[in-house]
Amino acid sequence: MCDMLLSRINPIRFAFFFLVIALVGLLVDNAYYQQVLILIGINTLLAVGLNMLMGYAGQISLGHAAFYGIGAYTTAILTAKYQIYPWIALVIAILLAVAIAVVVGLPTLKLSGYYLGMGTLGFGMIFNIIFREWSSLTGGASGFVGIPSLSIGSLSFESGRNYFYLVWFSVWSVFLICSRIINSRAGRALRSIHDSENASMAVGVDTMTLKLQVFVLSAAFSALAGFLYAHYISFISPGSFDFLMSVRMVTMVVIGGMASIWGALLGASLLTLLPEWLHAFSEFEMVVYGLVLMLVMILMPQGLTRGILDIYERSREKYRK
Amino acid sequence: MLKVRNLKCYYGRIMAIKGVSLSVRQGELITIIGANGSGKSTLLQAICGLLPGWEGEILFEEEQIKGLDPPAIVNRGICLVPEGRLIFGPLSVMDNLKLGAYTMYRKKRHDRIEQDLSMIMELFPILKERSRQAAGTLSGGEQQMLAIGRALMARPRLLVLDEPSMGLAPLLVEKILETLVNLKEQGLTILLVEQNAQAALKISDRGYVLETGKMVLQGRSSDLLADVEVKRAYLGKDYDEFYEGE
Ligand SMILES: Nc1ncnc2c1ncn2[C@@H]1O[C@H](COP(=O)(O)OP(=O)(O)OP(=O)(O)O)[C@@H](O)[C@H]1O
Ligand SMILES: [Mg+2]
Repeated sequence: MCDMLLSRINPIRFAFFFLVIALVGLLVDNAYYQQVLILIGINTLLAVGLNMLMGYAGQISLGHAAFYGIGAYTTAILTAKYQIYPWIALVIAILLAVAIAVVVGLPTLKLSGYYLGMGTLGFGMIFNIIFREWSSLTGGASGFVGIPSLSIGSLSFESGRNYFYLVWFSVWSVFLICSRIINSRAGRALRSIHDSENASMAVGVDTMTLKLQVFVLSAAFSALAGFLYAHYISFISPGSFDFLMSVRMVTMVVIGGMASIWGALLGASLLTLLPEWLHAFSEFEMVVYGLVLMLVMILMPQGLTRGILDIYERSREKYRK
Repeated sequence: MLKVRNLKCYYGRIMAIKGVSLSVRQGELITIIGANGSGKSTLLQAICGLLPGWEGEILFEEEQIKGLDPPAIVNRGICLVPEGRLIFGPLSVMDNLKLGAYTMYRKKRHDRIEQDLSMIMELFPILKERSRQAAGTLSGGEQQMLAIGRALMARPRLLVLDEPSMGLAPLLVEKILETLVNLKEQGLTILLVEQNAQAALKISDRGYVLETGKMVLQGRSSDLLADVEVKRAYLGKDYDEFYEGE
């Protein structure tokens, strides 16, 4: 029942989400909090795309940081080196990510399970090497500096508040797109692939095409996230798009809860906030970080969304008694 | 309607179907019987496009279906109720049925889908009661009804069933087979694979007997039912009293 609650498209929920974004943007003045919120938004974009692939279609990718990087580097190179208008660069970045996703997805999505994991892992590593070694274009290991900030006409996104709105209304739109898909015929077919690909084919679902479409969609969202990241930070380096980033994306999906777009938001928030909170532990930071993730998985094996819902339901039952 | 000529199927180097031919005419109910491992499921999978790399010829309505993928074959009008049902456990009964109409949605025939849904709910009232329940929580018999309902949602012209009676109590088997007879009377062509040979042959027009990948016998069901060889091997007539209690 709860799964249905979570995935059914709900205008009230989306209106509420819209309001929350508007209010938070108004109320948060502190530049540091604005920055953290912007990063959470960007990570949410990454997580929600991957969640469509992992949580709904049941396909793992350990190389999605590559699409994030493709988005970031494409816009960096086009805008800083060739003075192309950033919004055009965004379109090109997404198209490039889509094209690469098709080329990579066609052979790898024929694989499944561990083999798909290995295939996407390899792909992610190849792109990280490209970012690192093609120094004339990407700036190599020392990174790419001087990415311009965004604006539409006279509306500049330089301030934290405006950028916050840009990122979070992107998240809002992407959530809307995803929940439309999830509740459509295609979403049902995706969940059927997750359950049994053979049975899915037997009822006439073109599983290969559908998996490829979701793969491409998640690549496009990752490229959008990369674009927003690059123009926000104005400096990018290969370290932000490496294997660890891919793993972090998978972790956000798993921790937040598979097959739930709101889970992506929770997972991204936790994984962005945790390092900020754990600065106090200085050198033990990573140990505590690992411990927290382990605890979440042990206590809430289905992810935060399910776990919190379970707690809510249990407390309600207690209250009734 | 369906013609299979000299079909050979391989699993690696093992030949599981060794040159099988069969035909199904419009409006017929055909039964294939055979021992475990004789290749019945393999044969059906080849017909439904789920098995790559077979040799020979399969014609559906005079057209070759070699090289078509399963969705394309569903589109042509062949629908499989797979062995072991293979319903989508985590999805609701309703979602399972709607998935059966996947190709119908693509053709934008929403009117038909609603119509078919109510037809199936009428056929299997229990599915209506359970429509919001996860399909995995249905009983075995209910799951089988769901699997048949799901296949019917695609409006097949040829319904292919792989051991629909597997694991069901005799009363339910009867009900399922009765449903098949009803569907046949409404004009559906049916290809049925069954272990429950006696019951299946009783309702079908013709039958085939498959043995280690070869068709060893074929003919009218009544003849097969009377055939001494078939009796001994598949109908357990020697133990008549024991099984049938007649
Ligand atoms: N994926 C596979 N790989 C290798 N061999 C297989 C595979 N599937 C089936 N076989 C072999 O092919 C032969 C026919 O199998 P099939 O499943 O078609 O039999 P069946 O007649 O449906 O049996 P049952 O009545 O038990 O369902 C068997 O010998 C089986 O071991
Ligand atoms: Mg079988």
